[in-house]
Amino acid sequence: MSRYVIRRLLWGVVLLIVVVALLFVMFYVLPTADPAKLRAGRLQSPKIIAEIRHTYGLDKSVPEQFWLYLKNLFLHFNLGYSFYSNAPVKELILDRLPATLSLVIGGAIVWVVTGVGVGIISARRAGSRLDRASMGTALVLVSAPEYWLGLLALYLFAADIGVVRIFPGAGSYVPLSSDPVKWFTSLILPWLVVAAGQAAIYARLIRGGLIETMGDDYIRTARAKGLPERTVVLRHGLRSAVNPVVTILGLDIGVLLGSSVLVETVFNIPGIGRLNYTAITHADFPIVQGTVLLAALLIVVANILVDIAYAYLDPRVRYS
Amino acid sequence: MSAAEPLLRVEDLRVEFATEDGVVHAVDGITYEVARGRTLGIVGESGSGKTVTAMTTLGLTRMQGAQISGRIFFEGKDLVALSDGELRTIRGNEIAMIFQDPLSSLHPLFRVGDQLVEAIRAHRDVSKAAARERAIELLGLVGIPDPARRVREYPHEISGGMRQRAMIGMALANEPKLLIADEPTTALDVTVQAQILELLERLQRELDMAIVIITHDLGVVAEMADDIAVMYAGRIVESASAKVLFGGPEHPYTWGLLRSIPRLTGSREEQLVPIPGTPPSLISRPSGCHFHPRCPYAQPDHSRIDPQLEPVPGEPSHHAACLLDASLRARLWAELHGGATPEEARASVGLPAPETPPAEALR
Amino acid sequence: MSAVDPLVQVRGLVKHFPIRRGVLIQRKIGAVQAVDGVDFDVGRGETLGLVGETGCGKSTTARLVMRLLEPTSGEIRFDGEDITHLRGARLKALRREMQMIFQDPYSSLNPRKTVGSAIAEPFAIHHMLEGRHERRRAVQELMETVGLNPEHYNRYPHEFSGGQRQRVGVARALALKPKLLIADEPVSALDVSIQAQVLNLLREMQRELGLTMIFIAHDLSVVRHMCDRVAVMYLGRIVEIGSGDALYGSPRHPYTGALLSAVPVADPSLAHRARTTLSGDVPSPANPPGACRFHTRCPKAQELCSLEDPPLEDKATGTLAACHFPLTEEEIARIGVRSAA
Repeated sequence: MSRYVIRRLLWGVVLLIVVVALLFVMFYVLPTADPAKLRAGRLQSPKIIAEIRHTYGLDKSVPEQFWLYLKNLFLHFNLGYSFYSNAPVKELILDRLPATLSLVIGGAIVWVVTGVGVGIISARRAGSRLDRASMGTALVLVSAPEYWLGLLALYLFAADIGVVRIFPGAGSYVPLSSDPVKWFTSLILPWLVVAAGQAAIYARLIRGGLIETMGDDYIRTARAKGLPERTVVLRHGLRSAVNPVVTILGLDIGVLLGSSVLVETVFNIPGIGRLNYTAITHADFPIVQGTVLLAALLIVVANILVDIAYAYLDPRVRYS
Repeated sequence: MSAAEPLLRVEDLRVEFATEDGVVHAVDGITYEVARGRTLGIVGESGSGKTVTAMTTLGLTRMQGAQISGRIFFEGKDLVALSDGELRTIRGNEIAMIFQDPLSSLHPLFRVGDQLVEAIRAHRDVSKAAARERAIELLGLVGIPDPARRVREYPHEISGGMRQRAMIGMALANEPKLLIADEPTTALDVTVQAQILELLERLQRELDMAIVIITHDLGVVAEMADDIAVMYAGRIVESASAKVLFGGPEHPYTWGLLRSIPRLTGSREEQLVPIPGTPPSLISRPSGCHFHPRCPYAQPDHSRIDPQLEPVPGEPSHHAACLLDASLRARLWAELHGGATPEEARASVGLPAPETPPAEALR
Repeated sequence: MSAVDPLVQVRGLVKHFPIRRGVLIQRKIGAVQAVDGVDFDVGRGETLGLVGETGCGKSTTARLVMRLLEPTSGEIRFDGEDITHLRGARLKALRREMQMIFQDPYSSLNPRKTVGSAIAEPFAIHHMLEGRHERRRAVQELMETVGLNPEHYNRYPHEFSGGQRQRVGVARALALKPKLLIADEPVSALDVSIQAQVLNLLREMQRELGLTMIFIAHDLSVVRHMCDRVAVMYLGRIVEIGSGDALYGSPRHPYTGALLSAVPVADPSLAHRARTTLSGDVPSPANPPGACRFHTRCPKAQELCSLEDPPLEDKATGTLAACHFPLTEEEIARIGVRSAA
């Protein structure tokens, strides 16, 4: 098993290097405009451009540049400098990361609990009106755009502008360290919005998976042993049905951490998605580069974790 | 059967399922008994209802929406009338069941030991540690070498033979009085099959356990069973002790089965005589005698009259559900046993051919 | 063992499937020795049975003969020609001469194709009978030959029973009138009363078309009935080979004896006969025992057996067996199931 893990980790590192190389190609090599000018963003003066050229070694050969970039990246974790915001990219990102983490992980907990719960109930009462109603609702939630759901949530429930004023509205986010209660309440609506579409998907997955698993032979054996039906469903049936869900969960979280911009914008949460969006509108490429790299890293890591989790959950795949 | 009260007595059991295509009459009024410590073999092909019978005994068909009528007496209690909760205390406890494919019948994601512990603690109030000890003991009882190690392994890590032994061990966890084995060796290699059958026989002797073995393999049933019931299209068409059944079968379906299987001790030149046609759909079964469309000896009124399971003259424990006259049957079997084809046998006893020839499958 | 002018000749056939392990780069650390040195001939018009339990290599051997797999080493000759490393167009041409029918009638037919088009496929692949009507007629003739109603040409596999689907498989295999038919467990998945139908069909087809057959099964009674000669395989080797009468009447190899004594016979008087029950399980083909592969489970094993690999040789009793201490007359009699000659 540990051999399997090590193998996945090593391949992960290889993959990251490949991603970095591709990013490098995209940002340094492909644009037809002068990279130095692009890097300078809107602050273009000959002095700054010359400075950038030298700092970034743009006067050196391409492979040398790549090597320097890698060195910078892996040895110093230096992601570059945003001339527009006048701060190292790494600092800016780390500053915004907690907000995004709060949003996504909290949302994930909500959608897993709801999705699995609804999925189990629907599976047990497959074909009933309750089942059809919940699957119908799921379909609506999956189809609705996130920002529309966000705006709708604010319209209905925000403390400042809502019809029923229960939850704090947009812009009320504070970091966990400063005011835990306000942090929590300000994230309730965003969590629900993030979770809505995802919970629907997971409910359908669990429902389908559980219905299929309950037809397997070992369920028959479990019943023949005289186990109560609840144990049969929750311990024997669900255990098999969650495996594919776990893999998807890891990937979903990984992807979402890199792309939660819509919800962050609607609720005015200072996360990485917002950072990225602002950077793009200001042509602040060092930041864009940094966030893309982070997103790639998160997905690679998520992939590895998911593979490891899968091998742990299903002993049959360990020795591959 | 023995004079003592039978351990299990099934009376006029009927099981039906409502499906989109119609009502499936899986079991159509069957009656049989199992005596303490003896083995009953139920023989049948797919669609005969043999598995549904077994599953219904344990109440496992209830959740599939089955309509059940009739009675199943176990030690005086009618299992059909019991509630789910009451039935659950018997399942895996006094009556246990093992299934065909041990790889898919054991949970792939739980260790073998844990599955056994679960079976034990479902009915006994013991600690996990005590249950673990018992699990190791059970694995040893069923002949698994190095049981303390096996207990920690997953089903896919052990061989097919050992898996089936583990399943048997699990079934015996609470010392059942009756073990129902549904095709226990069909998925196994022939040498492993022999080991498992030997194991079952030994366990039966040691634990004085009754066994119901369900199979399509006449060889297995000849080896294992004291008494045999042959099922076709949801009904029992013949029942007798093993010796009597193989010595002098009384039903055309049984004759057909015996004449169509290749024999190890036979010669290359021997002809197999297949039963023409295919087993009937359980939704729209043939009228009257369910076997008549495939029977080479069917007479015109056999499509109208339902045969009842009746004792064979001179053999009160041998029953057959056939509309042909008993003496005629004896003569037919004598001809068949001597090597005649069904057509020849029919001709030599003077029976007219069926109006519509049996559904022709092969020349 | 060698027949005169055999259709199929196999010498020293070996197929190892590599097992790879490694952290970053996968290295070969061993191999599954599925087939490990197999020699046999199949005479024209005869049926050779391959019998054995899981992991013995009988299915792999069949696929090697069919050239669905390429051997690791060894030689296969078909109709005089060396086909061991055939490729491309010549391999495709070979396929016209040998065909296979498979075990599971429920998964070996494409559910989206009508049975008519499934049976016609060989014609299409080899560009024969280009005319639509010609082809249809040929297919319907085939359907009738195997006992199917030719009017069901346009039906889909799910509309047929298991036995009927197996007949479709036979029809498809025989479409191009091959010289060799390999049947890999053709009746194992069928009901007992249907098995006889399909077995009779195969025998009849063999007679009519002069087919040579390799018949693979785990059911010794079926093999007895269908085959002229039988080869018993264990862990990738042939342990005994001979005519059906000789092998079933006087088996010499202890494994053959164990197999025969293990088969449940439909005769209660033989129910409690003395049995040689083998202990333990079949070793893994990735790590077979040294010297005689059977010595770890053999009731007659002695020290020599773990040191020297017995060659497959004539035991002057009708079969060739690979054993240092073959069964004696007395031991054979004790097995209790001798077949009539």
